[in-house]
Amino acid sequence: MTPSERHDAEDAAEVVAPFVTLHQQQHAARLGMWLFLASEAMMFGSLIVIAWLYRLTHPQGVAEAVERLNYLLAAGNTLALLTSSLLMSLALVACKHGQGRQALGYLLGAACLGGVFLACKGLEYTLEYQEGLLPGFGLTSPLQQPSARLFMNLYFVATALHGVHLLVAIGLVLAVAWRLRSTQLARGRLQTQLEMTALYWHLVDAIWLLLFPTLYLIGR
Amino acid sequence: MSSPSYLDAQGLRSWFLTHDHKRIAVLYIITVTFFFFAGGLAASLIRIELVTPEGDLLTADGYNRAFTLHGVIMVWFFLIPSIPSVFGNFLVPIMIGARDMAFPRLNLLSWYLLLGGGLFTLLALLLGGVDTGWTFYTPLSTMFSNGHVVAVICGVFIAGFSSILTGINIIATVHTLRAPGMTWMRLPLFIWSMYATSVILVLATPVLAITLLLVAAEHLFNIGVFDPNLGGDPLLFQHLFWFYSHPAVYIMILPAMGVVSELITAAAHKRIFGYEFVAWSSVAIAIIGFLVWGHHMFVAGQSMYASLVFSLLSFLVAIPSAIKAYNWSATLYKSDLTLHAPFLFALTFIGLFIIGGVTGLFLALLAADLHAHDTYFVVAHFHYIMVGAAVAGYFGALHFWWPKITGRLYSALWGKITAVLIFCGFNLTFFPQFLLGYLGMPRRYHSYAPDLQFLNVMSSAGASILALAYVLPFFYLLASLRWGERAPMNPWEAAGLEWRVPSPPPAHNFQSPVTVDFEAYDYTEQARRDPL
Repeated sequence: MTPSERHDAEDAAEVVAPFVTLHQQQHAARLGMWLFLASEAMMFGSLIVIAWLYRLTHPQGVAEAVERLNYLLAAGNTLALLTSSLLMSLALVACKHGQGRQALGYLLGAACLGGVFLACKGLEYTLEYQEGLLPGFGLTSPLQQPSARLFMNLYFVATALHGVHLLVAIGLVLAVAWRLRSTQLARGRLQTQLEMTALYWHLVDAIWLLLFPTLYLIGR
Repeated sequence: MSSPSYLDAQGLRSWFLTHDHKRIAVLYIITVTFFFFAGGLAASLIRIELVTPEGDLLTADGYNRAFTLHGVIMVWFFLIPSIPSVFGNFLVPIMIGARDMAFPRLNLLSWYLLLGGGLFTLLALLLGGVDTGWTFYTPLSTMFSNGHVVAVICGVFIAGFSSILTGINIIATVHTLRAPGMTWMRLPLFIWSMYATSVILVLATPVLAITLLLVAAEHLFNIGVFDPNLGGDPLLFQHLFWFYSHPAVYIMILPAMGVVSELITAAAHKRIFGYEFVAWSSVAIAIIGFLVWGHHMFVAGQSMYASLVFSLLSFLVAIPSAIKAYNWSATLYKSDLTLHAPFLFALTFIGLFIIGGVTGLFLALLAADLHAHDTYFVVAHFHYIMVGAAVAGYFGALHFWWPKITGRLYSALWGKITAVLIFCGFNLTFFPQFLLGYLGMPRRYHSYAPDLQFLNVMSSAGASILALAYVLPFFYLLASLRWGERAPMNPWEAAGLEWRVPSPPPAHNFQSPVTVDFEAYDYTEQARRDPL
């Protein structure tokens, strides 16, 4: 068996019904994932449209709320998430070159940075809770204008939903890492799984890149 | 038949853990039939209440809960999953020459999500219910309603994921699993309409999901994004809701249009007139359908200029819709027609769809809508589309592919009687409602002015015929499972890959990989073609 024949045989073993070729299977996985990402984008897109609409209709109230948000912590978080996306890309490259150990390291690094993000977000929520800024927890809000509280409500829903997505993404990364731990060489399905997880991770990152200016920065 | 059929495996596991798209389709048939009857019972309550002008059967609040139950169950648990999940699942892989859907496990998950969400919703609706209507308008749903709003929203939210996953599955299947030679322009028109529907499922459903999530957050935790006390905008909720819910109407009607294209060609035994136009008109409806949602808010305080644009765009939907209706009619011209039951359902569809579509133009007209908005005119219009046409399409599909799905022939006479009864019963039920709406009877009240009683009694009488017509197939189709003749491979002498495999099809659909070297609806060649 020549190396290329061996690769073909391994590829064939990776193909599951209803697919006939590995190419077809990977195409379907990619397409399916992109469609799912499109639906996620529509979901967060709605939230962002709401935020922009309220920015137009209640500029002063929104400015009062934005003033109170902790943009430095959020900026640090943006940095953490961007770096984690870089690590995900590096993990994918390492995996394609058959460097399973390195890929594992990058994946764990990305998951850690995701954890850092969530920890910082938790810290932010705690600080906001102590100031009475968080909606629905009984403390009197220091915000003067009703529309400022409206914007805080939206901020809380949007960031919490994003946090849940990040939590899922971390879970997926850890699951792929767990499968990768025993194999030096990741091919076929595992590589596809890693690629799909990376796509999802980048989406969660990209959503944050839109949420960050929409919620924290514009109008400071 | 040389290889065993997909129905041969025995035991509960072989059904509840199946990855076979055909078995999942059968699970869906049972599920949506159940929800159809549940929603239908609520409709019966409504029509019985409206026989007399006084509110005597139900209290005002009970009536609100009855029509909410009817709307929620029928929209999300019957109409939206009906054709895409049942026939989309069964037919998409076979029609394109594939063994299964692209993601079989995801497919099974979709069914569990629909079933779970549906039962949860039904339970919440029965144990107290919701009085908001299926539209959950704020601030009623967030601040004033005391029903199980959040529970029902949860059920709908879960079912939404079923929609999204089904949509993803269908699109990925059509893209990646077409048999060699099955080019886009050789796809059956049912596939084109399923594809267009799936695009809407994937892109519109998440907007509903987030909107309902925001309503739930406001109702449960007082974290209001639409709260008028804080300067929130209830109209914004309506924009978001209809951004999903108007395209959702096309989720219901586009698949039925795809079915009708199949039924018409099978009855006419000839290629459809203007294949490309019918195919692309599905895509056009899906795209334009995303841009017309504002016509639900002509009287809700929306900007006049926005209303003008939405009105114009709503008129545009008529163009691709009319292309379909004319091309179906042109296909019948000088054809070798067989008047079988599925064809009568197709005619029922076309007749009801045209009345529903043309009255939609009245409502898209700003000045006319001012008069007819929130009256029974609107109720009649959307029932002609979503119930008359869409359910005729579903029943047509059921009668057309029943022999393929079950391997049995049902009573042809009863099928024809049902189609005619549906047409007559439906018109008798809903045509009077156009007149009632024109006379000014508002929607969603359990009592009305006494001089409107005659038309209401007519409507309720029609509803009893319609109910009979909807229940009949349940009996003769089930009877066919036991006493029906065995169906041949191609009982309608129709073209299409699904008619060249045994009835019921083998577990893997085709004995050997399919290569397609013929066009869609190839009736000249088809007669001489061998089983695959």
